[in-house]
Amino acid sequence: MNNTIIDLTIWQLAAAYVFILMLLVIVKIRKIPRSKEILISSLRMTIQLLLVGYILIYLFDNPHPLWTALVVLLMITFAVWNIFRRVRSGLDKKMKQIIAVSMAAGTLSSLIYFNVIVIQFSPWYEPRYFIPIAGMIIGNSMTGVTLGVQTLTEGMKDQRHRVESALMLGASPKEASRKIVNQSFDNAILPTINSMVGTGIVFLPGMMTGQILAGVNPVTAIEYQIAILLGVTGAVSLTVILFVQNGYKVFFNDKSQLRG
Amino acid sequence: MFTFEDAVYKDILHIDNLTIRKGSMTALLGESGTGKSTMLKLMNHLVSADKGVIRFQATPVQDWDAVELRREAAMLSQQPVLFGDTVKENLEAGCRFAGKPLPSEEQMKHSIQQYDLQKELDDDAETLSGGEQQRLALARLTLLDPPVCLLDEPTSALDEGLEHEVMEAFIEHARNKKKTVVFVTHSRSIADAYADETIDITPFSYKGRKVNE
Repeated sequence: MNNTIIDLTIWQLAAAYVFILMLLVIVKIRKIPRSKEILISSLRMTIQLLLVGYILIYLFDNPHPLWTALVVLLMITFAVWNIFRRVRSGLDKKMKQIIAVSMAAGTLSSLIYFNVIVIQFSPWYEPRYFIPIAGMIIGNSMTGVTLGVQTLTEGMKDQRHRVESALMLGASPKEASRKIVNQSFDNAILPTINSMVGTGIVFLPGMMTGQILAGVNPVTAIEYQIAILLGVTGAVSLTVILFVQNGYKVFFNDKSQLRG
Repeated sequence: MFTFEDAVYKDILHIDNLTIRKGSMTALLGESGTGKSTMLKLMNHLVSADKGVIRFQATPVQDWDAVELRREAAMLSQQPVLFGDTVKENLEAGCRFAGKPLPSEEQMKHSIQQYDLQKELDDDAETLSGGEQQRLALARLTLLDPPVCLLDEPTSALDEGLEHEVMEAFIEHARNKKKTVVFVTHSRSIADAYADETIDITPFSYKGRKVNE
């Protein structure tokens, strides 16, 4: 088995864009007004990844704790901003704070545990390990919290009468919103749980596929994949529980009344 | 039990001076949109008055822990709400919310019979009609057993005959247990039949006339 990876030439990579052309032809024929978005997203993807590639080369060649910390901070900031953008209903300041704190606390603590106890690489800031692992943990937590925020805000809006009726009978805000909070947690972690079920049968996870393509022994790649899936599940659960446990409080004032 | 002193809520309600006595049955009577439900919500501290003072047991409601106050003076909304899949889960919900011991099956069966609800405890609550859900909510409140019951049109979905039957059962139970009851109704006959005091509420201003005392 040849363990060296085939370096793609610019022409081979260009050939892969045929798939985008195919998509453009399909939407054109079917008169679906999406050509602009398809072009912009392919272009953005290309530019973003090229930039990341160069940044990663620099970081890998010049490992420094400050650089690693800065990249992780940027990732968390971008993820939090993305959650604000993706949740359509207006989020108030307090809710935004809770999202930011849950994301930072949940992802960082999972990341530290995962790196120090599970993978045990050194130095601790080794960007070749730290950055991709952080990317997976933060990215998945972002998806989880987005779903959690959406379910919570929609639930508190749609089931306002139910929550209020529970308060009338002497329920604490926590008790009155328990069903919605549990539903939010469930919705947020479901994609992660489903991804564990489908892994290896329905699809090969990206990280593992990448490692195998790069010549890593499949068993090692699988070990890493198992570890990262468990790490991601833990991080998503932790981030989402931190969010929902605090997020519901935003809908009540200090008199245990529903706001606005 | 409750006193209102110059209590104002938005431009919906203005109550100069009103006392609701302990152990009394009080009807709030008036057309829709006159602030009857708001008055109950003020007593339940689900909303706060913009001006004036509302006292419960001589203490201003804002000085009470709101959850504790609501466990003393529990309220039923006009639109009944289901808290669980089965009749049983719904009957237990009030006690679960208030952190009280759950009622026994015997007590639950008795409470639904009290309001002529021909259902089993394991029946699906979703299949209940509006009127049946209102009676289920009354049974839930009876099992919760708070000293004060604030009822927002508790029998509005029932036909007149059944409405009287259910109200009679509730009021009789409340009198036996020396409870204070304030209920909103649009029906003069219900108010006349079951209230010790009737407060006529007319739009947008202070009312507090005692009609039939």
